[in-house]
Amino acid sequence: MSQTAPVSAPSTVAAASASDESRWLAIAHAALPFLVLALAWEVTAHLGVFPRRLFPPLGEVASALVRLTASGILPHHVLDTLVRLAAGFALAAVVGIAVGFAMGRSRRAEDLCLPLVSIGAPIPGLAYAPLFLLWFGLGNTSAVLLVGFVSAFPVIFNTWTGVKAVKEIWLRAAAAMGADSRRLLHYVVLPGALPYILTGLRLGLAQAWRILVGVEMLAAVPWGLGWMIFGAREFLATNVMLAGVAVIGAIGLALEKIVFERLERFTVVRWGMMA
Amino acid sequence: MKAATERAQSAWRSGIALLAAAAIYELVARSGMFAPALLPALPKVAATLWSSLLDGSMIEHALFTLYRVLAGLALAIAVGLPLGILMGRFRSVERFLLPLVSAFMPIPSLAWMPLFILWFGLGNTVAILIVLYAALFPMLLNSWSGVRTVNPLWLRAAGAMGAGERALFWKVIIPGASPFIIAGLRQAFLRAWIAVVGAEMLAASDWGLGWVIFDAKEFLNADVMLAALAVIGVIGFAFERIVFGSLERATVLRWGMVRAAKG
Repeated sequence: MSQTAPVSAPSTVAAASASDESRWLAIAHAALPFLVLALAWEVTAHLGVFPRRLFPPLGEVASALVRLTASGILPHHVLDTLVRLAAGFALAAVVGIAVGFAMGRSRRAEDLCLPLVSIGAPIPGLAYAPLFLLWFGLGNTSAVLLVGFVSAFPVIFNTWTGVKAVKEIWLRAAAAMGADSRRLLHYVVLPGALPYILTGLRLGLAQAWRILVGVEMLAAVPWGLGWMIFGAREFLATNVMLAGVAVIGAIGLALEKIVFERLERFTVVRWGMMA
Repeated sequence: MKAATERAQSAWRSGIALLAAAAIYELVARSGMFAPALLPALPKVAATLWSSLLDGSMIEHALFTLYRVLAGLALAIAVGLPLGILMGRFRSVERFLLPLVSAFMPIPSLAWMPLFILWFGLGNTVAILIVLYAALFPMLLNSWSGVRTVNPLWLRAAGAMGAGERALFWKVIIPGASPFIIAGLRQAFLRAWIAVVGAEMLAASDWGLGWVIFDAKEFLNADVMLAALAVIGVIGFAFERIVFGSLERATVLRWGMVRAAKG
């Protein structure tokens, strides 16, 4: 599980000083590429090179977005997708952290689990999808289990690495000061491993999100964003698809920026373990 | 000595764990609790795998999948690497592209699938484009951060010794950024490998490992599925360890830029 350097927000934003003028300038800088892209799209759409049904102007996409939101169809899709994501990811987090902890703390557990985990991890999650569908039937159970199963791997690997990376000297110091194994776990191992665990959860959530969209297309669930865009294919409703893709992107961005950056600020950054 | 015995013990325990897992699976499969079509015994899976390898059909599927992955990956490298390097070198390019990248990256590649199917029809084009989309961002972001993290001291030293813009680029920036670029390549392959399986399932193209698995579902052929899963796992593992491992050994490890990972 290699992790690249974290992607920061557009550096123009960070570079801008507090003054209002430069903030507006920064926003303008960030908006410019989108305007250029939108303009290019619009020009292509209106030139009529491609059939309008397949390449709708952005106005139609926006109106599809508004129409679907107002009628409550889009919120229903979003809600179902998020519930599935939450259920699957919660499963992955609980199981993954537990297994990772056991593997990090006990050599026996490590020897037992590592071969199984190393064999299961490199197989793409969606490859398991038809098997899960056969075993657990079409619908929610399969989708949630598959999402949980697939996103557990990064959590396991990172928790395992994190627990092993806790400095030996902290453990010995705490033990010398009379900490029993429960306190050791709670006050030393868990906080010490937390930066890694958070990275694992973050990677796991990103993986869960990528898989979920695919699974919803395959698992014939009645509601869900993946299904919405896949179903729209039948009606050549390109505007609905593009609206769905935009919502999927916005949710993905929100998960990353809002959920995890906040969580990190409140824990490891505040404790001075990460910059 | 102690380390050696410990390692031997670990290996022994790992073997036991795998055997135990196989035995449990076999017991459950034979207990008749589940239909044998859904939970085939391991010898049956092995037999299916063997016969499909012998008649060449599995190999052909694997070749189709590899073609799609490698074509998509090659495109992703051709687009992502130069763009990433430009972003690292020129502030204006970075300013223009970074917001776009941050906005498009969180969209899973499979979300584009239905749209691409409408635009390009079923078949290879869709799968290759999906792979391209999946592999592009790791490639681009890693080469960008790689170029940015090149030690400025090296640049100034090379400049002081009279290196031209061109020599600077080929002799300092590219080797300096290579640990990141190779990490990006690795990650891009992993993403591409995931994406291609999904693309093959949904864009039903008659050939490819993802399609085999998906097609086997219709006929309740769980043995075919498990056999194809094994092939997918082996190819992914081989690429990760053999191709990228040796690439790393030949470049950044040999140059002493990164240490070999433990374990």
